[in-house]
Formats: sequence, C-alpha cells, structure tokens
Amino acid sequence: MEHHSHDIVIVGGGAAGLRAAIAAVELQPKMDVAVVSKVYPMRSHTVSAEGGMAAVTREYDSFDSHAYDTIKGSDFLADQDSVEFFVKEAPRESYQLEHWGCPFSRDPDGRISSRAFGGMSVKRTLFATDKIGFHLLHTLFQTSLKYENIHRYDEWFVTSLLVDKDRVEGVTAIEMRTGELVTILGKAVIIATGGCGRIFQFTTNGWIKTGDGMALAYRAGVPLKDMEMVQYHPTLLPNTGILITEAARGEGGHLLNKDGERFLKRYVPGKMELGPRDILSRAEMSEINAGRGFDGPYGSYVNLDLTHLGEITIEDKLPFVKELAEKYLGIDPAHEPIPVRPGQHYMMGGVHTDMHGFTGMPGLYAAGEVACVTMNGANRLGSNSLTECLVFGAAAGRAAAQYAMHENSPSFGNPVQGEAMVEEKRIFDQLLKNEQGEKVSSIRTEMQNQMEKNVGIYREENRLKEACRIVGELKTRLKNGIVEDKDHVYNTELVASLELDFMLDVAETIPYSALQRHESRGAHYRTDYTKRDDANFLKHSMAHKTTGPPRIDYSPVTITRWKPEERVY
Amino acid sequence: MSQDVATIRVTRYRPEKDSKPFFQEYKVPYRHDMVVLDALNYIKAEIDGSLTYRWSCRMGVCGSCGANIDGEPKLTCASFLHDFKGRTITIEPMTHFPVIKDLVVDMEDFMEKLVKIKPWIIRDKETPPEQGEYKQSAQELERYSQFSSCINCMLCYAACPIYGLNEKFLGPAATALAYRYIEDSRDQGKDVRFPIVHEMEGVWECTLVGECSVVCPKGVDPMLAIQKTKILGATNALKSLLMPRGGH
Repeated sequence: MEHHSHDIVIVGGGAAGLRAAIAAVELQPKMDVAVVSKVYPMRSHTVSAEGGMAAVTREYDSFDSHAYDTIKGSDFLADQDSVEFFVKEAPRESYQLEHWGCPFSRDPDGRISSRAFGGMSVKRTLFATDKIGFHLLHTLFQTSLKYENIHRYDEWFVTSLLVDKDRVEGVTAIEMRTGELVTILGKAVIIATGGCGRIFQFTTNGWIKTGDGMALAYRAGVPLKDMEMVQYHPTLLPNTGILITEAARGEGGHLLNKDGERFLKRYVPGKMELGPRDILSRAEMSEINAGRGFDGPYGSYVNLDLTHLGEITIEDKLPFVKELAEKYLGIDPAHEPIPVRPGQHYMMGGVHTDMHGFTGMPGLYAAGEVACVTMNGANRLGSNSLTECLVFGAAAGRAAAQYAMHENSPSFGNPVQGEAMVEEKRIFDQLLKNEQGEKVSSIRTEMQNQMEKNVGIYREENRLKEACRIVGELKTRLKNGIVEDKDHVYNTELVASLELDFMLDVAETIPYSALQRHESRGAHYRTDYTKRDDANFLKHSMAHKTTGPPRIDYSPVTITRWKPEERVY
Repeated sequence: MSQDVATIRVTRYRPEKDSKPFFQEYKVPYRHDMVVLDALNYIKAEIDGSLTYRWSCRMGVCGSCGANIDGEPKLTCASFLHDFKGRTITIEPMTHFPVIKDLVVDMEDFMEKLVKIKPWIIRDKETPPEQGEYKQSAQELERYSQFSSCINCMLCYAACPIYGLNEKFLGPAATALAYRYIEDSRDQGKDVRFPIVHEMEGVWECTLVGECSVVCPKGVDPMLAIQKTKILGATNALKSLLMPRGGH
C-alpha cells in the first residue's frame, strides 16, 4: 500500500483546518503539514457563512461583555476559561485575517465595519457585506498557498485514524481520482471537518457536512461532548433550507406572524429580533403551533420582513440575501417579505477537546465546529463560530506543532500497516463487493426523517427512545447496504456510503445524550422537563463508543467569574 | 404542488468501462422550484447510484457544481428545470477540461495557475495584528471588490474560446484574481505580480470576446480585469523604458 508521511496531518480544509495549517508553519517554518480534504478547500462549508465574525474592536466594547454575552447565550454550559481565552484572542485573529487580505466592509474612517447580532449586547460582529464565510475561506486558502510546506491532498476522503497504543499515527484515505486507499502518516493529526448537519432532513448545511471527523475521533476512543446541543437557526427558506443570515435582523429586519404582528414581544421583549437563536426558533414554532403561521407547500412558516430597510441598505449590506431571495423564491426582499422557518444549522457539541484543541489522545487535536471546546455550551451566539474556527484552529495548529517537534515520525510498520490493510479490506472487499441489498440513499433518507421528527426543537422521552431504536436499526441495515457504482475512479456513491456510516454513529449519540438530560437548557428543550436544572445537569454529557449503544457519562463545567443565573432577555 | 416530468440527457463517461463518452437519458418528476442539481440528485438517489458529479452548498457559493447545460456553462444549483419546459435538457461536463468521470472535470490546471499569480497580500513590511487593521476606504475597497467575488467555479474557463485553443492562457478567473490583489490598497506586490501575469501567455492573448463576464454567476467581470491589466501593464512597460529602475 502506498504511504506518505508528514509532521502534521490536518483533516479538513475549511476555516479551522487552514488556520491550523498556517499557525503550524508560522510557529515552525520547517514543519511539514498535510491538509487532507474531501473537496477542494475553497468548497468547504465555511464558504456559506454569511453574517459576520464577532470580536471586540471598539472603544465602547469589552472582553467581559463579549464573554458574558457568550456565556449567557450558552445557558451557562460553556466552559468559562475557554470563553475568556476566546474573547481575548478574537481581535488579534480578526486583524490577522484583515492583514491577509479579507475584503471586510469599511466604516468611513477606514476601519472594519461592525453590526448588531443576536445575543450580542453591542455591535461587535465584523462583516464583509453578507458573505464573510466566502471571503474568509478564500482569504485563508489563498494565503495558505504561499507556504511551501503546506502540502494539499485535495479530494482525498479520510476513512479512519491509525492508532498505536493510544497514540495517533496518521490516517487512511481514499484518493478519489484513483480510488486507491492510501496511508498518510503523521506525528500529529488535527481534525477540522466541521459539523454533521446532513444527519437532519432540514438543514442549512452543505452536502459535505457529514460528521466525518466526529466519527473518526469517536471510533478511536475520544468522547463526543454535549451532542444533544443542536442549533436550530430561525430563518431558513422553507423549501430548500438555504440560510437567510441573522444579519438581516441585525440590520433591522422584523419577524412577523400571519397577523402581521412582531410576535417576539411575547418571548424576548428586551431583544426582539436580536434574541438568541434557540429562543427565536422556539418562538416561531410556538406561533405556528398556535395557528399564527402562514400555510405553505412545505409546512407552516413566518415572515422575515425587510421591506422597511429600503433598497439601498439591502443592496449595500445584504446583497446575498437579495440574490438568494430573487433566485430561489423569485421575490425582491425590498418589496416582499421572505418566508422562513427554523431548521438545523450548527452543532454546539462535538469532539471533546481542551482549549488548545487537545483531545486527550496523544497526537490528536480537533478545532472548529467538529470540536467541543466548549465555548458554545447549550447555544452558540451567531457570529462566534467563524472567530472560533480562527482562534481554536490557530491554537490547535500551534499545539500540534509543538507536540510534533518533540516526537519521532511513525514508521509504516505494524500495527498501523495492519490496521490500514483491514480498512482496505472493509471498503473494497466487503462494502464495494456487496451485490444485493438496500440502497444507501434510502437508509440515509430514513435517518434524516427520523432525526427531524424525533430529535428536533421539541424533545420528549418516548420520541427520543424511538429515535435511538430506529438509528440502531439503520446501522444494522447499512451493513447490508449496496453501492451500485463498482468503479474505483471517483466513486461518490462509495464515499456517500462511508459518510452515512459516519453519520449513523454520530446521529446515535444525539438522542442518547438528549434522553439522559432531564432538563431544558439552551437548544435542548424537553417538553417533559421544561426547566433548567443546575443542581443535576450543570455538566457536560460525554458519549463514549462501545460495541453497543453509546455510553453517556458527564464532566464538570468550568465556572470562573459568572455564576449561573436565570437567562432572561 | 403540480408536477411535471423533465427529460434529462447526461454525459456518462467511466474510464474503467467506457472507451468514450455517451449520453444517457432519464425521466425526472419535478416541481416548479426544482433546479438541475435536484434532478441529478433524484437520479442518483432513485434511479442510478453511479451517476457522478460534484456539489455541496446548493446555494451558488461553493462553486462545485458547474456543468454545460444545453451548451451553456452554468451552476446546476442555479438553473431551474422549468426554464427548459417541454424540451430535453442536455447536461455535459464543462468544456475545455479533461473529464475524470461523467460530469467531474479535472481542474488541476487552474489550481496551478492560482498559485502562480501569488494570490496573497505581499508587503514590504508587516505590521503586527495587535496594532489593528490596515485602514481602507470604501472607495479603495470598491476598486477590487467585484474581483474578490470569484467562487472558482470554472464557468469562465468553459466559456473562454482562447483557453479552449491554448491551455497555457492564464484565463479569466486567475487574471481577475491577480488584478484583485494588484488593485488592493494593502498590497505592495505589483512589481512581483505584473511580470507573472504578463509573461504567462496571459492578458495579451485575450481577444476580448467577453464570454467570461457573461457566464459569471457572481457578477465578476474578468474581461474588465484583463483590459485594465493590459493598460496598467502598458504603462508599466513604458515607465521601465523611460526609467530603467521601474519608475518609482
């Protein structure tokens, strides 16, 4: 089997992965870094982020304010030491991105413009019209090209981590173009593959968001933390799930029910449209359930009204919203409201790490949405995630580089060679050879519908148990799944089958973690336990892989200066 | 919602089986709001799991899903089936690229060109980020803003007749990106970048056909970038003739 060797292997080429790569070579210019991505890096889902990135850059703002907003937004489940580290690093990372060429929107004095965002008490969200994710990703990617020691493996799909005596030593990956399984050895591995939104039927996430890195770490023995904490964003287009940015509300947009009423006055009177996402998504569902939504071909919805903002503001500040509304709905948001409903957007939970991205397994790091540091707790504030990718991507890159400097390179002998051969057999002799069985696509659809129906905004014991049972069954059914495409070259159906295998492992941890959290906190809302219960549940759930269902235990939340209090807006 | 049925004719080419490409036809039921990408996804999920194409964001920003639709380079996620009502829709891989499989083309040539134009900010001296941002006025931003909107979807290369004839041509997107950095007030790398753009059978090969600007899904005008680079290049060449040290 062909094998390659580097100091650090980064899985994923989005914001966190690229930032980690650059941080590693800036710390140690001789560091040999591989970025392995299943898509060309500029296709990574970072590209779809719209509204902005939060950082304290103004005289009227403070680290304490940003930290408190984030912690309150998290419903006090964030680790406060991580949040304090995050807010202090955020400005430096933002300015660094600007120095690398990110085309931020500008104030008249030439400074980066900032806008209001949900749950943030002052304007601190830096933006580039409503395409910050696109610009951030292309800036990082293009900047990464100047470092000769960053080697890219574009369109390589990582299938497993190679582990020797609890130390990570590399990955196996399919080179899509040839269809061969190849080993890429590294002293350290950084997982930066993003979230797993495609587990759900209705999501803002792109096709590639299949939880690969979560499953890689989980299977290698690292726990998945706070997986019940799934963010539902309040403004998705009802037919496609395409995201309409929170910046639309940051710039003054209103949410209206069918009576034309700004219904948020009943839910978040102090913040209205700038309330946090968990509360707004539930408020929309409450209105719809009370019969005050609009009926549409894709279920009920509410309206996002921007008509009072005027054409100039929409053109200048929200051109992508305008483009999306015109293209996909045929409406001009300056003259007609945009129909929206809530849907899956982001995973607060993920691979357990400390604030340097370290997972607890020697050599293994994670950063970005795939990781759970945790700074987002039970609900992430909009515009914190891109900054999170930069701050913790850089931290993980530096930590991995420091580790790699003092380690010897793994050699391509046993046990990793044996593990790689087993992996090759699993994929090409078993999975690809199955001649009869169920289509991968039908199992995937069932998983998505199941998660949508029973692990959504409102949760309840019996439905969560149902989800646990069905996801377990789907795992068994996938073992007899069939890949119709038998080619080796660029086999997207084979990759989809491996992605589904990842997704089912990750999906299972969500209802199991949710089932045991007998309280409502942030995005996790139990209709049978409607109150937050700090006495019993001010703690992180940790899902561990076993041969059967996931085993859930708990770890404490770090509280530094902000005592949990009632979360009222 | 009412449903129509679209007839989709897709290029198939699987190098392990097929000596040359051929068309395969599929019938796809569709609603008014479905795009060509939805049809491809329907085929892959329900009819033929081996159909191969790239996609991800389905909202016109990741740049993965370009194809020639009825001969025109387009994003499949931004082309509505109802626009082709009553006729067969032909979907082929983007022209001017080697085909890897079905609709998946080889874009390594562009990836190499991208590195060559040095698409990063070049400064004589860096200021530490702790000291804050490099100031930039809205007018300075405006000078390069549209050229920073390229999503690398490759539609402009599929549309460019010059690239079709000579693959050494730097091409629309790479030239637009070079110009994006040349015009950025924070960048001081013009002297490095100009010779690259000019020596790489670059802008002078372009005959200003303008197809690149027509097909761009993001409103970038690569032809304008090429024209402007020519003008700036001519001025620079003149300066270096008159003032051999580069005219500073």
